[in-house]
Amino acid sequence: MNRLPRWLLVALAIGPAAGLLVFFAWPFVTLAVEAVNASSVGDTLGRASTWEVLWFTAWQAVVSTIATIVIGLAPAYVLARFDFRGRTVLVGLLTAMFVLPTVVMGAAFLALLPDSLDRTVWAVLGAHVVFNLAVVVRVVGSLWGHLPTDMEAAAATLGASRWQVATQISLPLVRPAVTAAATIVFLFTFTSYGVIRILGAPGTRTIEVEVWRRATQLGDIGGAAVLALLQLAVLVGLVWWSGVAQRRHAQAIGLLPVAARRRPRRGGERRIVGVVAGATLVVAATPLVALVVRSFATPTGWSTAAWTGLGRAEIRPGIRTGVDPVDATFNSLVNAAWATAIAVVIGALASLAIVAAGRAGRALDGGLMLPLATSAVTIGFGMLITFDTDPVDWRASWWLVPVGHALIAVPFVVRTCVAVLRSVDPAMTNAAATLGASPTRAWLATIVPFLWRPLAAGGALAAAISLGEFGATSLLSRSGGETMPIAIEQLLGRTGSVLQAQGFVLATLLAATTVILVVVVERFQSPPTRRSRP
Amino acid sequence: MSETPVSGRFAHRFGGRWSALGVAVALAVGLAACGSDDDASTGATDISSASTDSVTLVTYDSFPDANTSLNDALAEFGAENGIEVDILVAGDTGTMLSKASLTAGNPEGDVMWGVDNASLSRAIDDEVFEPYVARAIADGTIDIAPEFLDLVPNGEATPVDYGDVCVNYDIDWYAERNLDPPTSFTDLTDPAYAGQLVVQNAATSSPGLAFLLATIHEYGLEGWQDYWSRLGQNGVEVVDSWNQAYYERFTWAGGGPTPMVVSYGSSPPAEVIFAEPPRDDAPTGVIEDTCFRQVEFAGVLRGTDAPDAARVLVDFLISDRFQRELALNLFVYPTNQAVDLPQEFVDFAVVPETSRTLDPTLIDAERSTWIDEWTELVLG
Repeated sequence: MNRLPRWLLVALAIGPAAGLLVFFAWPFVTLAVEAVNASSVGDTLGRASTWEVLWFTAWQAVVSTIATIVIGLAPAYVLARFDFRGRTVLVGLLTAMFVLPTVVMGAAFLALLPDSLDRTVWAVLGAHVVFNLAVVVRVVGSLWGHLPTDMEAAAATLGASRWQVATQISLPLVRPAVTAAATIVFLFTFTSYGVIRILGAPGTRTIEVEVWRRATQLGDIGGAAVLALLQLAVLVGLVWWSGVAQRRHAQAIGLLPVAARRRPRRGGERRIVGVVAGATLVVAATPLVALVVRSFATPTGWSTAAWTGLGRAEIRPGIRTGVDPVDATFNSLVNAAWATAIAVVIGALASLAIVAAGRAGRALDGGLMLPLATSAVTIGFGMLITFDTDPVDWRASWWLVPVGHALIAVPFVVRTCVAVLRSVDPAMTNAAATLGASPTRAWLATIVPFLWRPLAAGGALAAAISLGEFGATSLLSRSGGETMPIAIEQLLGRTGSVLQAQGFVLATLLAATTVILVVVVERFQSPPTRRSRP
Repeated sequence: MSETPVSGRFAHRFGGRWSALGVAVALAVGLAACGSDDDASTGATDISSASTDSVTLVTYDSFPDANTSLNDALAEFGAENGIEVDILVAGDTGTMLSKASLTAGNPEGDVMWGVDNASLSRAIDDEVFEPYVARAIADGTIDIAPEFLDLVPNGEATPVDYGDVCVNYDIDWYAERNLDPPTSFTDLTDPAYAGQLVVQNAATSSPGLAFLLATIHEYGLEGWQDYWSRLGQNGVEVVDSWNQAYYERFTWAGGGPTPMVVSYGSSPPAEVIFAEPPRDDAPTGVIEDTCFRQVEFAGVLRGTDAPDAARVLVDFLISDRFQRELALNLFVYPTNQAVDLPQEFVDFAVVPETSRTLDPTLIDAERSTWIDEWTELVLG
């Protein structure tokens, strides 16, 4: 692989690296340089609450991540390896749980919990597990589904029990993907904001919540920036370690170009699939059903008024809410289209560059994860004071929203693709070279065919992330219309039963859009017959 | 928006070199291709006059950006004066103010709407606004209560609306139990009302903070801590946000267990106006004694590149035409005393004769300390 010409690596890496520098590093550094000084560092590090917040942030993230991985492996395995009725819908529901805004899902999640656990740390941990199941299912599943099954079959033939096959063959092979999924879950739970505010006991704070509170409620930008740096420092360490671990355990194996899914055969297998899929369905569907129920609820009984009144401008004669669901849907779709386009192009280039390059690829790989590790407030405020003068007077430009969404979505595209590309057997490239292809051609010809499927999955996830994104959007100044999550938040945040119900109508529509999107892409990804590829 | 690079307090240091890099790189990434700089980037309102001027009104997120009678009024203003008004939503009130402080001198827009009395001092200290006394205030043709104007003696900003944060109660809940609802702060600590009140976290919620300020007003700088201890003993519940308190814990709206909630003086009329099914009496009442006054201000942003148009817009924001739209769109009261309130507000809203308030300078100086102390006491 070292024989790949330098120009190719540069061509692949320049776009992702430049985008990251301009829209992430530059704003963040600008804000840090402006706001951080000796006194803000001293004050923040000298405050006992800083260390309490850091401790809470860290332990809840560790526990959440371990629980998510342990619980998520079962549905990841079942969904990656078996075909059964409703499989794609289940993936869609899980993805919806992951991408829908917490302002919507938080309230709905309470439907799963007994009252005594509401607003406790158990609610927080439970929500972290449930909302992040999709990460494990998708990231681990995308590799698991493409693993050749012959080794497992051989082990089983030689008398290995199902448990031995799982722990000694399957798990070691998917270990890089597990590490990748754990990293993403850790990033998300360490920087958790909405779940903490909506489901945690009042006063429960992660660093992310404290950054938001200092920056926006107290006007202490300096303190907020110091905390954001602290958070980033911890997570950079983690991302670095994760990169090392993923490479150490990556095995080159001949991957199947099409996921090897089959119907469960024996009775025992059927039972396992049935139990895991059934339990997953309950967990994923209950909150979404709660959304639908709440769209019909009023303080005095049930009503369809919120649904029938959806397209009407006037709620009452002469009174309009200013929230237009059709406009909001349109805005969200336009944003999602741009965000997906950016994320797919950048993600594809970055994935190829990461796989092709050595050390530089690792830096890019880690760098692209950083936006997930950075407080949205600091990026939003950083953009505000960075892009404020011609020729980069971009504040409040409409496209900052999709660019922000793409920053969050690119790591998902990259993780999905790299996990697959790293496992492509180099023997194929060597064979192509032996047959006379130039190093560049040999590499591209063998590796690119494996890119499209994870890329499509990553793209769908990017679109879904953009549709449901709330935090970054709400921090960017915006003109000319709201996205769906913002419109939902607006409706839910006002007094009046009909507005409340309409908010849940809109949330139901958003959930439905997300599920449909994922189901369509999943269908497209798993054609009924296997095709062989060149 | 602002063409002139003003070296404000936070103007960045990297000037041209970095800017050039930014452009070059953006082109490389191909993102510039997305910048089809047409109407999408200006969030245009539907004014088709051949006007030259446009002003940007920076607001908080509950200000409707289109499709309401409030926006119609702004469109009328635009057509009459040849000034197009674009609305830029900056986030919640705190976020909006933090952004304005960061960009003071090189603002995102020209006029800002919605700084309240709890954060007015911060806005003034950070020189967010350019002082301006609205023409109609200067010449006395618009009548605004002196208590509001006294907060801005030198035209630091213009008081545009006000409202109250008060304890609301579920009328039927108390009627069914033949229990009179409480009428004072003291009553809230009466065992007869134990476990009946839900409030918001003062550290994260603006009504939560307002309620804390109301208790400080009642019991003084040395007495409020004791009051909150008693409130705690009487089973006050604290949740993080207004939304959770009202829609999950409150008996009326959320089917929760708690018949009293900290909300707004204008929540009862909103419950009537947005009721489903429609109703003609309010299901909730307001405990007047607990009300804390919130006054909101608008002002010309310092560093605007359209100062004249910005001033004309501020004049319009306190005019009869605009002020009469406030009640039904923002659920606040007009500061312009000549404007009549809609009937629902006359019937169901409570505007206390003497609402509680604290000196904005005191609030600004002590807010952080109070919140930390409160957090320690109530959540610790």
